[in-house]
Amino acid sequence: MYPRQFEYVAPSGLDEALALLDDNPGAKVLAGGMSLLPLMKMRLLSPELVVDIGRIGGLGDITDNGDTISIGALVRHAEVASSSLIQAQGAALAAAASWTGDRQVRNRGTCCGSMAHADVAADQPVAALALGATMVAASSSGVREIAAADFFVDVMTSALAPNEILTEVRIPKAGAGAGSAYDKLGRRGGHSDYAVAGAAASVTRSNGSVSAASVAVTGVGVRPVLAGAVAEALVGSDGSDAAVEAAAAHAVAGVEVLEDLYGSVEYKIHLAKVFTARAVKAALAAAG
Amino acid sequence: MSSTSVLGGVVRRREDPALIRGGGLYTDDVKLAGTAHAAFVRSPYAHARVVSVDTSAAEAMEGVAAVYTAADVEHLGPLIAQAPVGALRPLLNNGTVKHVGEAVAMVMAEDPYLARDAADAVEVDYDPLPAVVDLKESLGGAMKVHDDMDSNTLVTWAGPFGADEDALAELRAGIDAAKSRDDTVVVSQEMINQRLIPVPIEPRSVLADYQAGYGRFDIYSSTQIPSALAGAIGRYFGMALNQVTVKAMEVGGGFGCKLNVYNDEVLTAYASKQLGRPVKWTETRREAANSTIQGRGWVATATMTGTNDGEILGFELEGIADMGAYSQNFTVAIPFLGLFVGSGQYRFPTYWKMDCVTTHTMTTDAYRGAGRPEAAYYLERIIDMYSREIGMDPTEVRRRNYIPASDFPAAVSPMGFAMDTGDYEANLDAALESAGWSGLLAERDAARAEGRCVGVGIATYVEVCGFGPAPLVDLGFSWAEYQMPSAFNGSGLVRIHPDGSATVSIGTGPSGQGHQTTWAQIVGDGLGMDVERIRVIHGDTEEAPPSIGSFGSRSAAVDGSACYEATRKVQAKAARIAAHLLEASEEDIEFGDGGARVAGTDSSVSWEEIAKTAYQPHLLPEGMEGGLEAHAIFSPGNATWPFGTHIAVVEVDPDTGNVQILRYIGMDDCGNVISPMIVDGQIHGGIAQGIGQALFEDAVYDGDGNLLAGSLMDYILPTAADLPFFELDRTVTPTDINPLGVKGIGEAGTIGAAQTVVNAVVDALESLGVTHIDMPLRPRRVWQAIQDART
Repeated sequence: MYPRQFEYVAPSGLDEALALLDDNPGAKVLAGGMSLLPLMKMRLLSPELVVDIGRIGGLGDITDNGDTISIGALVRHAEVASSSLIQAQGAALAAAASWTGDRQVRNRGTCCGSMAHADVAADQPVAALALGATMVAASSSGVREIAAADFFVDVMTSALAPNEILTEVRIPKAGAGAGSAYDKLGRRGGHSDYAVAGAAASVTRSNGSVSAASVAVTGVGVRPVLAGAVAEALVGSDGSDAAVEAAAAHAVAGVEVLEDLYGSVEYKIHLAKVFTARAVKAALAAAG
Repeated sequence: MSSTSVLGGVVRRREDPALIRGGGLYTDDVKLAGTAHAAFVRSPYAHARVVSVDTSAAEAMEGVAAVYTAADVEHLGPLIAQAPVGALRPLLNNGTVKHVGEAVAMVMAEDPYLARDAADAVEVDYDPLPAVVDLKESLGGAMKVHDDMDSNTLVTWAGPFGADEDALAELRAGIDAAKSRDDTVVVSQEMINQRLIPVPIEPRSVLADYQAGYGRFDIYSSTQIPSALAGAIGRYFGMALNQVTVKAMEVGGGFGCKLNVYNDEVLTAYASKQLGRPVKWTETRREAANSTIQGRGWVATATMTGTNDGEILGFELEGIADMGAYSQNFTVAIPFLGLFVGSGQYRFPTYWKMDCVTTHTMTTDAYRGAGRPEAAYYLERIIDMYSREIGMDPTEVRRRNYIPASDFPAAVSPMGFAMDTGDYEANLDAALESAGWSGLLAERDAARAEGRCVGVGIATYVEVCGFGPAPLVDLGFSWAEYQMPSAFNGSGLVRIHPDGSATVSIGTGPSGQGHQTTWAQIVGDGLGMDVERIRVIHGDTEEAPPSIGSFGSRSAAVDGSACYEATRKVQAKAARIAAHLLEASEEDIEFGDGGARVAGTDSSVSWEEIAKTAYQPHLLPEGMEGGLEAHAIFSPGNATWPFGTHIAVVEVDPDTGNVQILRYIGMDDCGNVISPMIVDGQIHGGIAQGIGQALFEDAVYDGDGNLLAGSLMDYILPTAADLPFFELDRTVTPTDINPLGVKGIGEAGTIGAAQTVVNAVVDALESLGVTHIDMPLRPRRVWQAIQDART
């Protein structure tokens, strides 16, 4: 597959990259290339300029900020999946990373790139939603923080402006009594490949009941969404299996569920409930 | 024979270091100076009248060498086919296109990027027409795919083979009588054996180099049949076979989809001749989904009639097979290969009828197994349903209905074909023992008691492969269209060089099968020569003796046997030379340890000395010609009939429909084994593709003829991570139709696997009332089947 002709620049600094985006409104940012390059090769996307951020220093780290963890724009899925810090403090995202693509894709593709691509069935966005992540977007006019809940706008559309680069995803650390989990059915069964449907959950227990909860579902509509009604039903409950299953019944409340090659509407609604319950139970178990 | 045999020993594949490290030479790796790159303009419609083709913008682009439309190539005629039943494919079509992806125009440019740009700049105006995609609609014939044909049905295969209408009517009357008996049951099920896309890891690629000064062609192509391609090119361009060389150095997977001469190969050659420069075309992955043949695509109803105690009195299969829009090399012959094994390894009366219909989709042709996996699927699924119906262990039902070992070597299948050798019950017993069958059932029942949906599935198969000329020429198969003098002979040329090293030249070649190892073993065994001293030359029509190529699991059984015979000729001459040098009697010479020796003595001579002598006639025994090489042709009297038993244990998650294979056990029998590791590898790959059909792959078209799974995002291939560990073992029942005693093994795994997995999944869901699910058993379908069974 042969892309149309394009210019390619690999700046060494972020400011230079951002200036290029200002000057070239049709430019696209290349990090791992696992989403962008196939689109270009299929000629579904033909940017005139590709700005490769792979040589910019300082974007490749997972950083412990005390209360939060920063994941830089060049951090690969494989690094997120194997990070003991993220496994302990943001297990849902580590699981999402471990089930993304295959080994080659995980070694190239980036966490931030997956967020920016905003695929309807991707793993990272739903984990970011449940964890209450913050997206840090840089442009020549400064840095802007966007809540994950406001970031995923539509089919393959994020809140990023054309001249912005997602330089960092920041997740809050799990506090005392908190845990998170992600579970899905992959298109090739088990956890393999894009999600037919899946759910991520982050919960906190205190004094025998659920004191906080955040749940999000993927694969069912045009974008990954927070399942607010599930969280609402969970908070204040005893976190028993019965309570979780009752809450999971609201998994797609307010979502327009769409059929695709992998699932009918009825099946996807069912799966969203199944995986919401499974993710919440796993998160509760992790919360202790 | 040598004193130390390397046949049957575990030898590592010699070719792998080069192939794994990128050192193998594939067609697209060949770079010739001045090459123009081709791209095709393809129809986005399954059925449309081409109103106009405007090439002016493309032709005006810088770097574009030429743009061809149908008018340029019509004089060459359509694509030739072995079984020219139905419509043949136009090389380019500016009339009425018949499937998405059909080639409308061809562009040559300085690089493949420019070629794609220019192809996109060709303006084609289409008038879309309704498409026929559904097989039952096609058979009904309300709308015709080709206006000039009487019907959409190209051919109807009915069997047993050779039975006339009266005989078929009598057969059916006998089965009907059995149905009406009080002690019989009848089970019947319509099942879909879905279309598949072959997807070799190396897409098809062709590089044509017309050398005007010599009036000859070098064609590099990723093909399984270099000789047939050379013959076809010679025919299209009026050239003798000695003026066309086809090279298929390494081929990265074929699975039958490279067992066609394609229009793009002919067109690339045409372009090279017209432009006076090399022209290359390598298909892209997206393009391949619609420009390379597909496989399977049957819908059929299987009916089994038998007594309450397990005696099967009749099997009937009636269905429709999808041929796609045009007939290519084999196309309509593929379902016939199913008929060949329509009654499997059983002895019950079998009636078999398959209507081969045309549709507005890509052509179907040979895909690993080619008709035989489909036939085995229907037979083994319905036997399972019958076993369940009468409440008998499925292994016992099979055992009671096998052709007994005592029938061989004179066994004739109910479909009317002589079979070589078989011992099905011994193979079944070995499989049950290997799997620990009763233990498996106990474990399954224990898991069920815990509320888990665990199932055990079994299927047995017999295959027909390693085709020899005798049966197939009789049946009307012929490579004559490709200038091949006879149908399916094997050949081999063994040459000892003056330094004592050897080359083996063969017209069959690997697309992963490991010829470089296996052929060196065959020759090395005969000559007592280390395999490292033997190089196998394949995929070069100038080097190889005429042979037809690699397909139908025939390489080892047919061409391998020819190499064995050629080796014996070399060995006989070398024995005379050695006897002369050692002053011994020829009868006392034996080969081994890199040379010849007088049996029972220390007196020996190395291959280096034998070879050096062979090329100096004055040192040879009086009257002996110089040189040391031999060619042999092998013409087997039958095909080979491998067989086997596969067992799968699966667990289904009833909440999601997810299927997990917990264990997979294979007990295959391909006669003698030359290279165990290669045989196991072939079975591994075959099972993977069978599981791929069972669980993942689906070349699904919408009603307008659009391929919905046209990329590897949506056409789900099995990967190593999706597959269980395969527990393989074998029984050995040598064939008597070739000197090696070997049967083909390239397709066996695929033929045995799909129904094994489906039988296991249905077993797992038995208590929920599920009796059948059509493949692929993706979670969506499995979950829906559970819901449907509950209501």
